[in-house]
Amino acid sequence: MQSKKFVRILSMVLAVTAVCTLYSGCKTSSTAQQVIKYNLGAEPATADPALNNAVDGAIVIVNTFEGLTRINEKEIAVKAVATDWKISADGLTYTFTLRNDAKWSDGQPLKAGDFEYAWKRALNPDTAAEYAYQLYYLKNGEAYNSKKASADDVGVKALNDTTLEVKLEYPTPYFLNLCAFPTYMPVRKDVVEKDKAWFTKPETFICDGAFKLKEWKPKDTIVLEKNPNYYDSKSVKLDRLEMKMLEDATSYLQAFKSGTLDYIESPPSAEVPTLLQDKTAVSVPYLGNYFYVINLTSKADKVDPAAAKVLKDVKVRKALAYAINRKDIVEKVMRGGQIPATTLVPPNIPIDEKGTDFKNKDYYKPEGDIATAKKLLADAGYPGGKGFPKITILYNTGSGHQNVAVAIQEMWKTNLGIDVQLQNQEWKVFQKTRTDKDYTVARHGWIADYVDPMTFLDMWVSNSGQNDAGYSNPEYDKLINAARREPDKAKRVQLLHQAEDVIMNDMPIIPLYYYKNIVCMKPYVKGTYKSVLGFVYFQNAYVDKTAK
Amino acid sequence: MSNYIVKRIFASFITLWIVVTATFFLMHAMPGGPFDGEKKLPDQVKANLETKFGLDKPIMQQYGLYLKNLLKGDLGPSIKYEGRTVNEIIKYSFPASAKIGSVAILFSLVVGIYMGIVAALHQGKWQDDLCMIIATLGVTVPSFVLSTFLILIFSVKLKLLPPVGFDGPLNYIMPAIALGGYSLSFIARLTRSSLLDVIRQDYIRTAVAKGLSKKTVIFKHALRNALIPIVTYMGPLIAGILTGSFVVEKIFGIPGLGREFVQNITNRDYMAIMGVTVFYSAFLVICNLVVDILYAFIDPRIKLE
Repeated sequence: MQSKKFVRILSMVLAVTAVCTLYSGCKTSSTAQQVIKYNLGAEPATADPALNNAVDGAIVIVNTFEGLTRINEKEIAVKAVATDWKISADGLTYTFTLRNDAKWSDGQPLKAGDFEYAWKRALNPDTAAEYAYQLYYLKNGEAYNSKKASADDVGVKALNDTTLEVKLEYPTPYFLNLCAFPTYMPVRKDVVEKDKAWFTKPETFICDGAFKLKEWKPKDTIVLEKNPNYYDSKSVKLDRLEMKMLEDATSYLQAFKSGTLDYIESPPSAEVPTLLQDKTAVSVPYLGNYFYVINLTSKADKVDPAAAKVLKDVKVRKALAYAINRKDIVEKVMRGGQIPATTLVPPNIPIDEKGTDFKNKDYYKPEGDIATAKKLLADAGYPGGKGFPKITILYNTGSGHQNVAVAIQEMWKTNLGIDVQLQNQEWKVFQKTRTDKDYTVARHGWIADYVDPMTFLDMWVSNSGQNDAGYSNPEYDKLINAARREPDKAKRVQLLHQAEDVIMNDMPIIPLYYYKNIVCMKPYVKGTYKSVLGFVYFQNAYVDKTAK
Repeated sequence: MSNYIVKRIFASFITLWIVVTATFFLMHAMPGGPFDGEKKLPDQVKANLETKFGLDKPIMQQYGLYLKNLLKGDLGPSIKYEGRTVNEIIKYSFPASAKIGSVAILFSLVVGIYMGIVAALHQGKWQDDLCMIIATLGVTVPSFVLSTFLILIFSVKLKLLPPVGFDGPLNYIMPAIALGGYSLSFIARLTRSSLLDVIRQDYIRTAVAKGLSKKTVIFKHALRNALIPIVTYMGPLIAGILTGSFVVEKIFGIPGLGREFVQNITNRDYMAIMGVTVFYSAFLVICNLVVDILYAFIDPRIKLE
């Protein structure tokens, strides 16, 4: 009797569930809204333009805010909030004219003063913004951030509501590109000063971009919707953008396959070759370089005196670099569409309006040059690796890094007769070991901060905080400094090429491969753009279900 | 009784203080800090950040300040998540973990006890073997394998359940099974052995001799005593399961507390590491205390003195 009752209740519950499911299915299809479900990955630590320092936060920001410029699909800065700009002959003063129909998402007008406020706020030492250094290009920007100058000394000033005057420390040919970077987005004083967590609530998330915040469910979903007050809202086709925060690669790939998600990035590495082959995934450039760095400072002597001594010989460093078959590393070890690195500066950096690439040569062959490597090692006094001490490669824990290290260990053993030991450390411990220079050879990776060769080159000058190799060559420093001050674009590019020649001849680092992003998108998702900095732009995106 | 409770509460505070102190100093002893990343921050920027979070103060002063705020119930600001406090993070992640966790506990209790009874009543027969095979699998198969397996069967092949997300009750089923699998097996084994123990006792024989039905004997007389070990296990089980699991939450995309335990350490988010540790310890201490007090009510032989 009781069990019969139970069965009856159970069947009723099932029937109700089925009806509800059907109903909800009908509802979405009948209204035919333009919706894209994108996996953002991790929960962004912030969506405050001044405080953000990560790609996930930047993706939220570039879709909800608009700067003076924005980048197009050739990575060239085009007009956005600024409709015009004048650059002084010395390249130090930019005068921007702002459009007069730009509004905040609550309908208030967007003024030049909002940019001045936002930039000074990011530089204010009390804001403690990690990316404050992205604004060090402004005159006295660094001085203000280090409490050596006042806010009034900073080179940004709103002359009136639609004119912004910017003064720079050095002529910076990529400054217009920087104006499209998240740190350079405007924010409104009354909004950001009232509540530190303003960006998590729709009522206080006041922005000036194509989309605005509808909902932020922590570690679950961020929902953006079309911003009707955006000056170009007519050309925005997407009604809603749902950003999911799924972190497990296998799970979000399943969700993508089952149709719960329309757009994912970085599927599980084991699946990438298959996904690329059946065209479910494409690999897009990601402006970054994966390399090994060699400690040239005296601190290396304390870690391993014998290894430190041999690694100070440039012939040895070159031998190590040439003995690596990078083609095998990307094709047989990484298998994620990466490209063998034959330069320090990766490709996909346009140096003129035509889009000419900065990279115009290879310093060695992708397959390596084993004969030369052997000869260089013999010249250094270690023919066939005889008498060469054991060296240690340090990397952060992670199967990808380990696989690369194992492959290189094997290549150096086979090609040069050198014994290599591998050592891994937890991420933060590793960071500390590397910046403290307590290593001999360590893994490194560098993702561009902006689209210009300088982002890869100026970190290796003698006094740079990022120079983990402790590399110091006066000629290199001179070339980089000259390039910083050179207002002529062509001459500047030439100086940067010369600088790259110098460092690639000294080989304090061994480039291995250029990064790639793996993207899986449903065929009906159109008009999105993933920049070489990793940001995804949905302003022009739409859904075309008729597409095959 | 009340004397005992007061003593236990006092001991709990001592335990919590030891946990807080040990975690605080161990955490600061770990190499690497919250602001270390692939890109080294300019010294000035790092100094500004350390001032903002009070990390520039001497360690003992930071410790004193933390204890002072803790007594007020203030767990401090998260270093990683801008503008959010650790209290807020726990407030929104704990309910998610607790929802899945409650379903998991209910599932493991109901199915586990049922399996235990079936196995005990059919000792040595195929039903016993089957239940114990399932129980062994439940203990040995790691939750990430079980999770992936469940997704493969119910989402990919049968398309019955959503693979990921936290939108409604349908999303709770697979994570709850994955989360409860281990305790289910443990409960099943515990029930079986404890029930076997009890049904051999004299008072059960008396009950059977009196002519009571088998159902009454098992449910009214035997099971009540057989379940006492399960109650012991409930304290740590509830605390452990309700506070979530890193693996299960990551796989199913549940915005729960379990992930915080691991990720905060990776991020060196000092305040958040302390906050979730304190929360978990307090929760565990309370659960154990409640279980100990419950004992006295369930089993009159136990005296809380």
